[in-house]
Amino acid sequence: MAQEVQNGIQNPIIRVRDITVQFGATRVLDGLDLDVKRGEILGFVGPSGAGKSVLTRTIIGLVPKVAGSIEVFGVDLDASNTSQRRNVERRWGVLFQQGALFSSLTVRQNIQFPMREYLRVSQRLMDEITIAKLTMVGLKPEVADRFPSELSGGMIKRVALARALSLDPDLVFLDEPTSGLDPIGAGDFDELVRTLQRTLGLTVFMVTHDLDSLYTACDRIAVLGNGKIIAAGSIADMQASQHPWLRQYFHGKRARAVMG
Amino acid sequence: MSGDPKLERIAKGNALALCATGTWTASFAPVLERMVADAEKLAGGSQSVFIDVSEVAKLDTFGAWLIERLRRSLTQGAVEAQIAGLSANYSSLVDEVRRVRATPVIDTSAVTITGMLEQIGRAVAGVGGTVAGLIDMLGAVLAAGARTLIHPRSFRLTSTVHHLEQVCWRAVPIVVLITFLIGCIIAQQGIFHFRRFGADIFVVDMLGVLVLREIGVLLVAIMVAGRSGSAYTAELGSMKMREEIDALRTMGFDPIEVLVLPRMLALVLALPILAFLGAMAALYGGGLVAWLYGGVDPEAFLLRLRDAISIDHFIVGIVKAPVMAAVIGIVACVEGLAVQGSAESLGQHTTASVVKGIFFVIVMDGVFAIFFASIGM
Repeated sequence: MAQEVQNGIQNPIIRVRDITVQFGATRVLDGLDLDVKRGEILGFVGPSGAGKSVLTRTIIGLVPKVAGSIEVFGVDLDASNTSQRRNVERRWGVLFQQGALFSSLTVRQNIQFPMREYLRVSQRLMDEITIAKLTMVGLKPEVADRFPSELSGGMIKRVALARALSLDPDLVFLDEPTSGLDPIGAGDFDELVRTLQRTLGLTVFMVTHDLDSLYTACDRIAVLGNGKIIAAGSIADMQASQHPWLRQYFHGKRARAVMG
Repeated sequence: MSGDPKLERIAKGNALALCATGTWTASFAPVLERMVADAEKLAGGSQSVFIDVSEVAKLDTFGAWLIERLRRSLTQGAVEAQIAGLSANYSSLVDEVRRVRATPVIDTSAVTITGMLEQIGRAVAGVGGTVAGLIDMLGAVLAAGARTLIHPRSFRLTSTVHHLEQVCWRAVPIVVLITFLIGCIIAQQGIFHFRRFGADIFVVDMLGVLVLREIGVLLVAIMVAGRSGSAYTAELGSMKMREEIDALRTMGFDPIEVLVLPRMLALVLALPILAFLGAMAALYGGGLVAWLYGGVDPEAFLLRLRDAISIDHFIVGIVKAPVMAAVIGIVACVEGLAVQGSAESLGQHTTASVVKGIFFVIVMDGVFAIFFASIGM
């Protein structure tokens, strides 16, 4: 494990260089660089509207970029052919802000959807793995036959995480995983992400607003502002930073409350 | 580092040792599953089985679960099973998998004759529910209308005008184009067949009566059901899905008054206008074909038209329009508000809205035909 982390420094799992994204005349990301190391949980923060979700969506290829390069698992996504790209997509999982579960499929079918597409496994094994994934994200097997509209907000997030994990990815993108959860539920979710990272050896890219998540779940924090990464490092580095937004964020009333 | 997974057997008297090697991951799942099934059969007779996983190069949930499945089935068969050689990284994954409660999946998808009969029965019983739902909505709309009459300030003029633009103004080009073409076709067919009897001029009678009494309004109503009825259902349905209608209710607004009434009113105003425009376009198209194809010059056409039709024909046609609009609107709104949480449900209800809307329009047309015949119009 220690060796893997060592490797990770030279070969980041995500390598973003000089990314520029523009919507009309507004430049959202402006020459942004970012590395995500293998096996870490990276917390990604920044003011609302700074472009955190835009960067996530750019990396996974949902938003076109004007300039720059993105490498995931050492594959340049612009230079890759279809099969290379599919290979990369098979190795990452994405948890969208609203869950994005397929509303006309049951929980079981949602989790099995990527398996059917990418793997050739028996129905029995798929059913068993589905139950295993649901147990891992802290849900009872009984929810497997419910539809997304019959789930609570927290359950939707958990099922969406189970679906993101269904192919045992090496990398997961979590877009505000704890938003809309009660503090206890959010705490459980952070704990869950930590556990999964340990058991499955995941790399986690987490966009969040939740200070608790930053303190309890993340190994490293990157801060987005003015279309660039304004700071990256441990929570202690963030607290020591003199940047006005960071000072406000990490020394505000709420931050003091979290630190106790 | 990676290699094809293997499960080697080493027999030791009564005991059996299984040595797992290679990559135990999802990509090899079919191979792994077969190997595990073989091992289950093979180990059935022995007293204890020792599973050595120290040589496994890579393990994920699929591999870990298959090892766990083997362990479970052996334990169930009264064979003592032991897993050994787990590395620290993977032991937490195996522990995680061990917590999984295996529950048999109940397959409910099987198609049986009784199941099919039950579905037919439910569908027939559902017809009553549909009619009740439509009457319910009609009542709710009338009640909301009455409330608005008492408190005119609560009337949503902006919304009504907006919907009037959507269903009336923006529908004009397509409605005029299609009715024009239908008018052309009727006239062409009429001339083609009437010519054999030397009764070319009677095409004007046929065109006038048919267009003003039936085709004009019926065709336009069907187009409006397809165009605006479906839009209403989709709008209300997606609002229902995203809890916007619940939000309105909690703020003390009546969704019928805010959403349904302006839409209904817009449709009831729009359909007579569109039916009139449609009828005129059809007569124009028919007249054009009668002139160019049948040699009936415009003056003769108009003269004949004045003799052939009376204001009664026009009234019979136009009176039906608001009633048909109300039927289309009510069906569309009932279906929209019945949408459940899924995208599939939205699609089903939008389809149902158009199908039921057109069905009821034709039924209403039949009822009107009987009514007008008996009052002699």
